[in-house]
Amino acid sequence: MEKQRSGPKKQHFVNNIQYGITPLIRIMKTDKSVLVSEVSKHFGEVEALKHISFSVTQGELFGIIGPDGAGKTTLFRILTTLLLPGSGKVMVEGFDVVNEYRKIRSIVGYMPGRFSLYQDLTVEENLKFFASIFKTTITENYTLIRDIYVQLEPFRDRHAGKLSGGMKQKLALCCALIHRPHILFLDEPTTGVDAVSRREFWEILRRLKEENITIMVSTPYMDEAILCDRIALMQKGELLSIDTPQRIIDRYDQPLWAVKGDNMYSVLGHLRHFEGVHSAYLFGDSIHLATKGESVTGDQISKFIQQTHTSPVELIKIQASIEDCFMELMEPEQSAVNNG
Amino acid sequence: MRQYSMQNNSVIEVENLVKKFGSFVANDHLTFNVCKGEIFGFLGANGAGKTTAIRILCGLLAPTSGKATVAGFDVYHQPNKIKENIGYMSQKFSLYEDLTVKENFRFYGGIYGLSKARVEERTNELLGRLELLPVLNKTTKSLPLGWKQKLAFSLAIIHNPSIVFLDEPTGGVDPITRRQFWDMIYETAIGGITVFVTTHYMDEAEYCQRVSIMVDGRIEALDTPAMLKQAYNAKSMDEVFLKLARKAPSAK
Repeated sequence: MEKQRSGPKKQHFVNNIQYGITPLIRIMKTDKSVLVSEVSKHFGEVEALKHISFSVTQGELFGIIGPDGAGKTTLFRILTTLLLPGSGKVMVEGFDVVNEYRKIRSIVGYMPGRFSLYQDLTVEENLKFFASIFKTTITENYTLIRDIYVQLEPFRDRHAGKLSGGMKQKLALCCALIHRPHILFLDEPTTGVDAVSRREFWEILRRLKEENITIMVSTPYMDEAILCDRIALMQKGELLSIDTPQRIIDRYDQPLWAVKGDNMYSVLGHLRHFEGVHSAYLFGDSIHLATKGESVTGDQISKFIQQTHTSPVELIKIQASIEDCFMELMEPEQSAVNNG
Repeated sequence: MRQYSMQNNSVIEVENLVKKFGSFVANDHLTFNVCKGEIFGFLGANGAGKTTAIRILCGLLAPTSGKATVAGFDVYHQPNKIKENIGYMSQKFSLYEDLTVKENFRFYGGIYGLSKARVEERTNELLGRLELLPVLNKTTKSLPLGWKQKLAFSLAIIHNPSIVFLDEPTGGVDPITRRQFWDMIYETAIGGITVFVTTHYMDEAEYCQRVSIMVDGRIEALDTPAMLKQAYNAKSMDEVFLKLARKAPSAK
């Protein structure tokens, strides 16, 4: 069963951790906002996190990119001291999540994936409530939330439960920021949010970064990865890759083509039988075709397509997107036959 | 749009549909039709009125005024007939996690009044297509999310409805499974079942035959993705969407 945090008596869970590394971590305290070392977490037979290690530098906008079930929420709950790690060491702003959780709680802002404000309190009441919990006032840190709060102000007296999705998200962010946290944990803030609101939200994050707040954000949307300073691609409890988005893209080593034309779905089915194909996937109105090595020419691809499709296709050599990289790195869900 | 309106095989016909909640107009004179076997993308920003429209089309909510028929049945007078003839799947709720795959099929089959033999036939057919027959007796909660979504889709079409509503079916799903899910959508449409789908992934809008975009309760645009991109001088559907939705005064 899930080990819920219930107070200091749970401290014995970390007694087996090598304290030899602690002084080193203390020295790095000023530089690293988050330090995760060999963290695992089980829920019964399910391995939610498998030996995860990474660090986040102060002031960094760090993205955890991965689908549902990757372990993103488990990781965030450990970082926010709501869940104990099964094994491994986690430091937030130089404090240990197990022994020093109280210190961490006062300096982090957390926006959980599920809307968790008080639905029957108004916008203003929610803000006041969170401010008073952190022994501060709305006015004290108003500059930080001003840009977001002005959009909420017309609905100041509306119950939080009656706000639209985009507005709920903005209110939740205000509440997470009300005490000017050192670090902000945003668990899937843009899930289920439309493309326009998603953009606006990322513009807000960019501005917060300028305030030197470290931001850790998780998302299942691959196109948001490019907006982070560094990202970790995550699947099934494991980190597939950690780096800047550009360096992850640069590491994609298959030649990649965009194929565009009529009847793409049927062209895709045909292309999968092409000898030189490494992978072929639909990306909007085109197919991204990765070929086996540089020797496959555009001419060969065109000729192959024309065997069954006479209408002209456009072929362009392209750079991979983060989604291409993720699909290349991810391990496909094992087939039912192997699993059954 | 033209090539479809010529045909006389609409599965959904909506004319001047209005839905008000007090003074708030959630659906403001919607007019559109969806044809048999079509993949119809129903897009819009949060709060644009998509959910209200879907609830009306599923026979769960009566409109304030206007006309709407689904699978030939009237939304005012025959909501239960509509429910029998449509399938519905959303990301939020889809399967009974404590039941096995087989039990879920029996349950859904039973709800739609299929005979035991027919349920078995459809179970084998749909699971066989997904190569998931080996997990027939597993509890669904033990399965990977991607499989659950595919199973949920199969359950939504167990009774061979004339139309299936998919409400953000691929939210949070990994990129490969997302594409496999769209393979299923294509196969279903080719098999003659109309697909009415909402999504926040703009690349998926490109996979629809026609797309409507709602802004503040109205349908602001409705056409094939190619025609929309041309009309809005945009390179992608993402751009079309941003151009349209940004015009909205505010996402209240």
